[in-house]
Amino acid sequence: MSTPLIEMRDIEKHFGAVIALGGVSFDVNAGEVHCLLGDNGAGKSTFIKTMSGVHKPSKGTILIDGKEMNFKSPRDAMEVGIATVYQDLAMIPLMSVTRNFWMGNEPIKKFGPFSTMDFKKANEITMVEMKKMGINLREPGQAVGTLSGGERQTVAIARAVYFGAKLLILDEPTSALGVRQTANVLANVDRVRSQGIGVVFITHNVRHAMAVGDRFTVLNRGKTLGTAKRGEITPEELQDMMAGGQELATLEGSLGGTV
Amino acid sequence: MTDERIKQISKFRRAMIRPELGAIAGAILVFVFFMMIAGDSGMFSPKGIQNWTVVSAQFAIIAVGASLLMIAGEFDLSVGSMIGFAGIVIAILSVQWGWPVWAAIMTAFVVCIALGALNGFLVIKTGLPSFIVTLAFLYILRGMTIWLSITTTQKTIIGGVKQAAEGDWLAPLFGGTVLKGLFQWFADMGMLDTFTRGNRIGQPVVEGVPMLVVWALGLIIFGQWLLTKTRFGNWIFAVGGDPQAARYVGVPVNRVKMLMFMFTAFTATVFATAQVMEFGSAAADRGLLKEFEAIICVVIGGALLTGGYGSVVGAALGALIFGVVQQGLFFSGAESSLFRVFLGTILILAVILNTYIRRMITGER
Repeated sequence: MSTPLIEMRDIEKHFGAVIALGGVSFDVNAGEVHCLLGDNGAGKSTFIKTMSGVHKPSKGTILIDGKEMNFKSPRDAMEVGIATVYQDLAMIPLMSVTRNFWMGNEPIKKFGPFSTMDFKKANEITMVEMKKMGINLREPGQAVGTLSGGERQTVAIARAVYFGAKLLILDEPTSALGVRQTANVLANVDRVRSQGIGVVFITHNVRHAMAVGDRFTVLNRGKTLGTAKRGEITPEELQDMMAGGQELATLEGSLGGTV
Repeated sequence: MTDERIKQISKFRRAMIRPELGAIAGAILVFVFFMMIAGDSGMFSPKGIQNWTVVSAQFAIIAVGASLLMIAGEFDLSVGSMIGFAGIVIAILSVQWGWPVWAAIMTAFVVCIALGALNGFLVIKTGLPSFIVTLAFLYILRGMTIWLSITTTQKTIIGGVKQAAEGDWLAPLFGGTVLKGLFQWFADMGMLDTFTRGNRIGQPVVEGVPMLVVWALGLIIFGQWLLTKTRFGNWIFAVGGDPQAARYVGVPVNRVKMLMFMFTAFTATVFATAQVMEFGSAAADRGLLKEFEAIICVVIGGALLTGGYGSVVGAALGALIFGVVQQGLFFSGAESSLFRVFLGTILILAVILNTYIRRMITGER
């Protein structure tokens, strides 16, 4: 098998006396959706923040295309093609779609010593990229606040892909969305995968994970409970692993197995 | 292909959701109002126009700095104290210490911009609200100003700057007037009144455009261009809209905030220098309440107090409304204390309108 896009080996992260991650290993290949599942407090957020350069791991190594890396800031991670779309921090509602799309990567036009943002180019590309993702904008100057939650996630995904992400980390992209919007976002995740981009899909919803995942890793209390390939595991097994087994089993019994 | 769920918005509604809208409407209203009640008082004579233009320009200079800073999500309450401080620094250095005026002005700029940077540094490093940090500097700088003035001269007003500035190359950039020839030509053509008596007989009543106005226009154009046309402007919006989201996409949030604090200090120093050159003196109580007046201009101009939204042109129109009303009440012979009543009222109305506009933009209900 070829070298994974990213390989995280025995990552540990301690915050003072708290061990948030106690040796997690994880890898993602190109053109693959690797789902990271876990209940609240399992360490998912800490783990992806380590992957995207926000946190420095206390122990362990990060390999990008087989080369060891030390991220000092999110910028470093971005430079090697790791893009993260955070659930609630994806977009700034008061700014236009164009301004959001290009934020941090604004195209420049020069007039002698002055350089301005090239709005013509920015607007055109934004419209085209949005259309590819199935969003029809009224105008690129439209404020992001007028878009639905799913559309905002989609804009953020489109932005990451456009700016050359090789690895896309999606932090609970579907957790606040309705059925229809979830389906749209999942379809876009599939589209991104078909372009050869590796996707880390964080969720605590087993059904969303099963819908697009190629591999599944479950985190519990800062440790991996193992990785399974698609078809090797049932949703029920995943659910049980996430909850740490027994407690949920009793709960589920009283709720009729619908959780 | 269009989405049937997206309603086409009318041109009117699109015009409504510009941040400057309230300020444009306000400015028109204010002009119509004073044309009616003070039209024959000389308010709209050349001299009268110069009068309220200069006052508005003063407000506009600090409003440009305050608006960019507010859009970047921060306040500076030390602007007024910094105006007093910068003035006293210039006066002490030039009059008391005998420095050339240009050196005194440059030193004031360097010191004040450094203080702006300190404000920014403390806000960024401590994570405290800029309201508190700059409130502290409001007191520190005012106290320092009075103390410096009294320990060096036993007075709180230092005069004699005009004499010291004679022949200086930098001072006219703040205190002079430009386009004198053009105004003389207007007068010669009979388009502008001239003095009919005294030693300035034959000269136009309005000598030219005061540098204060040139500074105001320059800063407004620069600010508006920076905010709406450049990459840095996009960062200002992003930083004020959501600093964390901006940081995640690689916007240098701290640098943007720091530069905006420094720019605000720069505008305060421009204000102070122009005032010192105009009066020929510096006083320790100059600039009192200017920080709030700047913020009011900015809010009238459509900026949100929470950052991420606003306009430099709007803030400048806010300054125009401010200047016209303050001088208009004077021309119409109204009690000047009414000015504050008006200010409070227009502030509330502006904030209500802004909140409503924000709901329209973001589609919140």
